[in-house]
Amino acid sequence: MTHPITLRVNGVPYPLGVDAHATLLNVIRDQVALTGSKEGCDDSECGACMMLIDGQPVNSCSYLAVQADDTEVTTVEGLAPDDKLAPLQEAFLVEGAVQCGFCTPGMLISATCLLRDNPHPATDEVRIALSGNLCRCTGYDGIVRAVLDVAASRSADPRSIARPAVSRHER
Amino acid sequence: MTGYIRANTVEEAVAALAAGARPIAGGTDLVVGARQGKQSLPDALVGIHRIPGLGAITETDAGIDLGTLVSHAAIVSHPAIRERYTALADASVLVGSHATRAQGTLGGNVMHASPAMDTGAPLLCLGGTATFATPSGDRTTDLVDLWTGPGETTAGPDELLVAVHLPASAQATGSAYVRLQYRRHMEIAVVGAAAAVILDGGAVTRAAIAITALAPVIRRVESAEQALTGTSGGAPAVEAAAQAAADAARPIDDVRASATYRRAMAAVVTRRAVQAAIARARGEEIPIPATESTQGSWR
Repeated sequence: MTHPITLRVNGVPYPLGVDAHATLLNVIRDQVALTGSKEGCDDSECGACMMLIDGQPVNSCSYLAVQADDTEVTTVEGLAPDDKLAPLQEAFLVEGAVQCGFCTPGMLISATCLLRDNPHPATDEVRIALSGNLCRCTGYDGIVRAVLDVAASRSADPRSIARPAVSRHER
Repeated sequence: MTGYIRANTVEEAVAALAAGARPIAGGTDLVVGARQGKQSLPDALVGIHRIPGLGAITETDAGIDLGTLVSHAAIVSHPAIRERYTALADASVLVGSHATRAQGTLGGNVMHASPAMDTGAPLLCLGGTATFATPSGDRTTDLVDLWTGPGETTAGPDELLVAVHLPASAQATGSAYVRLQYRRHMEIAVVGAAAAVILDGGAVTRAAIAITALAPVIRRVESAEQALTGTSGGAPAVEAAAQAAADAARPIDDVRASATYRRAMAAVVTRRAVQAAIARARGEEIPIPATESTQGSWR
């Protein structure tokens, strides 16, 4: 039995028929065909599938799509709506915060939430906020620097979307 | 019924439960458990996550009412809970990750009835009661009488938890929850303890102490409470209370720790929780979560 739902994904409405037990992650990847969000552990340990539902973070591998009916879903693809990278995405590139890239979509969503709720986090606050997102490549330092860079550039100029002034390679 | 329906009222939800459906809100236990292969998802589900009014935190003269859909994120950011029901904030801030705290509900935590869940010991120490909507009207029970075993409660399958109530706290009440954990996020307690104390003229006039992941259910330990009550809350009394809690522990071996380790750590977490609760009752600043502010060489 399928259930008719409408998901608004990154601002675009998708009328869908979903199985009651289908996860939001599988529906977004297989039916909406946005494959930025990743399946890592598939049981809510790793955060690679993290999305926003009505602005709130969710591990979409462990959330039923049918429950997201009539909500606004934001995936990593929605962070750069005009094909222009968001400041966090730029900072991830500059700081070498991406290696294999599998955790990156969830990291970006998670860090976007953090900076929205806490625009000027301390280093430890960044590490705690991102500790539901596992990265097996980078050792986290570049990711933490990228988030701090964006916070610092915003404090220097609230309108600024500039890339961080000093990259890892220039230090 | 099979499949999924979305309840728009408590009455619709209770009717669906009576017809055999199981409730789902944030899904952070039910769906995660299914993904882990512990238990497959129920054939019939009723989504309660959009029922209006169940997500409210309401302060009254009698205390504070927490709707069953109140998220851990809402608990953590609520000023009155941080100030007067601090142990609950200590617990909710440790639940899962910020995604879990945004979606996971207090009601789900309570009804999942895990002996390792974080909010249980604080709710017991703070005198929590649970109100259920049932086909024959509302009923209220002390949380002490709700949990009967791992994943087991006295609630019937057609009863929906709608709210948890915590009574008004006396002046100079301090409370704290402390756990041991392997990871800062996406963890439940390896062992944990909560304490709530009332001080009057420097003496402990009331003490509540509960232990987590140390018995088949989260439970109060009367002998530990007696060891603290009537004392000045100094080191010997705290140590006696911690030892009494450890003596009452009936831990198991599982994937997260051995029973031997848990028994050895029971006194440690209890001591930290009691010390932090007393310090807060005295007006000292012990940052939330107490789990982190009491680690290492603290005292």
